[in-house]
Amino acid sequence: MNLNYTEQQNAFRQEVRQWLAGHVPAEPLKTFDTAEGFQQHREWEATLNQGRWGMVTWPEELGGRGCDLIEWLIFEEEYYRARAPLRVNQNGIFLLGPTLMEYGTEEQKARILPKMANGEEVWAQGWSEPNAGSDMAAIRSTARKQGDKYIINGQKTWSTRAVWADWLFGMFRTDPDSERHRGLTFILVPLDTPGITVRPIPQLDGLPGFAEIFFDNVEVDVSNRLGDEGAGWSVAMATAGFERGLMLRSPARFQETARRLVELYKANQDKADRDPAVRDAVMRAWMDAESYCLTTYETACRLSQGGKIGAESSTNKIFWSELDQNMHATAMSILGARAELLPHAPDAGEVGTWLDGWLFSQSGPIYAGTNEIQRNIIAERMLGMPR
Amino acid sequence: MNFTFSEDQLLFRDSVRDFLVNEVTPERVRGIWESENGRDDGLWQQLAEMGLTGITVPEEHGGLGMNELDFVLLAQECGYVALPEPLVNTALVAVPVISQLGGEAAGKWLPQIAAGETRVAVGCSENGLAEDAAQAGLLLWAEPEAVYLLEPDQFSARFNESIDPSRRLYAIDINAGVAPMATGEQAAVLYQAVLDRGALGAAAQALGLAQRMIDISVQYTSERQQFGKVIGSFQAVKHHMANVAVRLEYAKAPVTRAAYALANAEPGAGKAVSHAKLVACEAANLAAKNSIQVHGAMGYTWEVDLHIFMKKAWAMAGTFGDTGFHKQRVADHIFADGVALGAGSTF
Repeated sequence: MNLNYTEQQNAFRQEVRQWLAGHVPAEPLKTFDTAEGFQQHREWEATLNQGRWGMVTWPEELGGRGCDLIEWLIFEEEYYRARAPLRVNQNGIFLLGPTLMEYGTEEQKARILPKMANGEEVWAQGWSEPNAGSDMAAIRSTARKQGDKYIINGQKTWSTRAVWADWLFGMFRTDPDSERHRGLTFILVPLDTPGITVRPIPQLDGLPGFAEIFFDNVEVDVSNRLGDEGAGWSVAMATAGFERGLMLRSPARFQETARRLVELYKANQDKADRDPAVRDAVMRAWMDAESYCLTTYETACRLSQGGKIGAESSTNKIFWSELDQNMHATAMSILGARAELLPHAPDAGEVGTWLDGWLFSQSGPIYAGTNEIQRNIIAERMLGMPR
Repeated sequence: MNFTFSEDQLLFRDSVRDFLVNEVTPERVRGIWESENGRDDGLWQQLAEMGLTGITVPEEHGGLGMNELDFVLLAQECGYVALPEPLVNTALVAVPVISQLGGEAAGKWLPQIAAGETRVAVGCSENGLAEDAAQAGLLLWAEPEAVYLLEPDQFSARFNESIDPSRRLYAIDINAGVAPMATGEQAAVLYQAVLDRGALGAAAQALGLAQRMIDISVQYTSERQQFGKVIGSFQAVKHHMANVAVRLEYAKAPVTRAAYALANAEPGAGKAVSHAKLVACEAANLAAKNSIQVHGAMGYTWEVDLHIFMKKAWAMAGTFGDTGFHKQRVADHIFADGVALGAGSTF
């Protein structure tokens, strides 16, 4: 065991830090849940890609740097330290990208990945349906094969950033007689195809952060299928859960929130200490963020030495989502009467960004499999409790 | 950056685990509770034969010369079986502190410890009472300004019963005229070492205890039937155990980190130990709370084995610095001016 960074890792950190210092926009971008903000974030993805920082874990021939997991963690630490913009194409680069590299044909990779990397094509996810949420195997939207086309009908929902996205990846039932996990196929759909209607759904902040999508005899070329017909479930599940979780929610994000929370507490200490629970919650935030970081490094090191990830990885989602909620709840509590101010309110100052984070933290225990579903998985697959 | 144990460390852990699980059964622990001095000399000999009493003793004194990082995995296994013998305090606290004292004391006591001839008790003023003081051939007693190595005729001990019958606790009265081994600056350093090492040992045992309580509860709820089903199939029961698993999973790396920090004498070791102790004991306390709940009335009995582990978990939370002590140290770190927190500050 050696918990020091190598010279190479330190040099990599410096390189990331310097590049970000020269490129991160001085003015924060508008939220990508607005048309203008979405465009700004798309341009930021192009800037990142020009510096070869778009997806550092991707191979060099795809514009990446072939970084390992530790370098990825370092990159993320610098990225969040620099308060660089959120990644508008995270569904593409973090979720679809790795799946494509594993299951895509050479033609698919060549066509899709470069445009994904430079932000030219932003991806939305099409898993959930009105009656297939936590029970994802209940998907009913169909894709009927006709010659070299699939004819898609049905409805997807809670599709994040689908309002302005260019493409959607989703699962559709290709075998009408199939049930549950069988007979599903993973298909990539251009969102400007005739027959598609995207209806924005306003989120808690009133902005159309997600959408429902209606498919009315939508024709898609079979070359847009990822993996075999009927193998959609295993394609969707195959990419290791941990690496996805690591890409999406690396510790840096939560450590930065914890750091800002400590600052917020110190700046308002006299008022905050009237509720003794606040100080405790601030310490807990720092400790849990630190635990999350330590555990992630431990797992990343184990994996890079050929270790396998087990069912214990399902504890990850519960841990960070509850941490995020608790940290923002504590911030709201410190801010007291000012906590309700919207970010653009004239007297909001820094207050509003905590409100944004508080709203977003409400979604953590729900999306990507509710925490109740995660608890079932932990109990059954990790602890071996009876079904 | 390599946050993994070596193959050898893991193999050694596995062999110690096999030994402890086979030898230190709940029945044997109950037997030790009933015995007169609360200890099992045969078991101590077995531990010595495996090299465990001397694991941290330097090789020139007949030990294996291993460090905190080598031992921290074994301390978890001691917790897993609720080992009554004071192996953790011996290997993780007493031996390193006596080694640090060096000189005659080290030359005299370390070979005896390695050979299993002498048990060492450890106590400190933060705890108030000393474990095993009347069972041991030597008592390491630490105060902020004086550290003593006491032989049985140099102090009197008043027995205090614990809810965990494995823990034999004594109030100590040092005979007049007995001189400390260290005072002043040296004592302050050694006192800190006793607290940090004791806290790491308690944290590591808490991890093992939590895992054992999960295992016992999973087994019980997989057999016990109500409403025509095993109760472990109910989500309300599953989620109790899943909540423990989550907290436990994220307490492990902080304990490893604390052991690494002590083994490498990192300046931030105290903060790392306090973090580890808090999260590990919190996980063990949650394991106790949720385990007794899923056992129902059976969990409230003396008959079911759960209480062997539950009571030790409760004790671990308060020993070698209670939550107030350790939270204060965390607070001193994170609320200090100019401290580096946030992304990239962990290592």
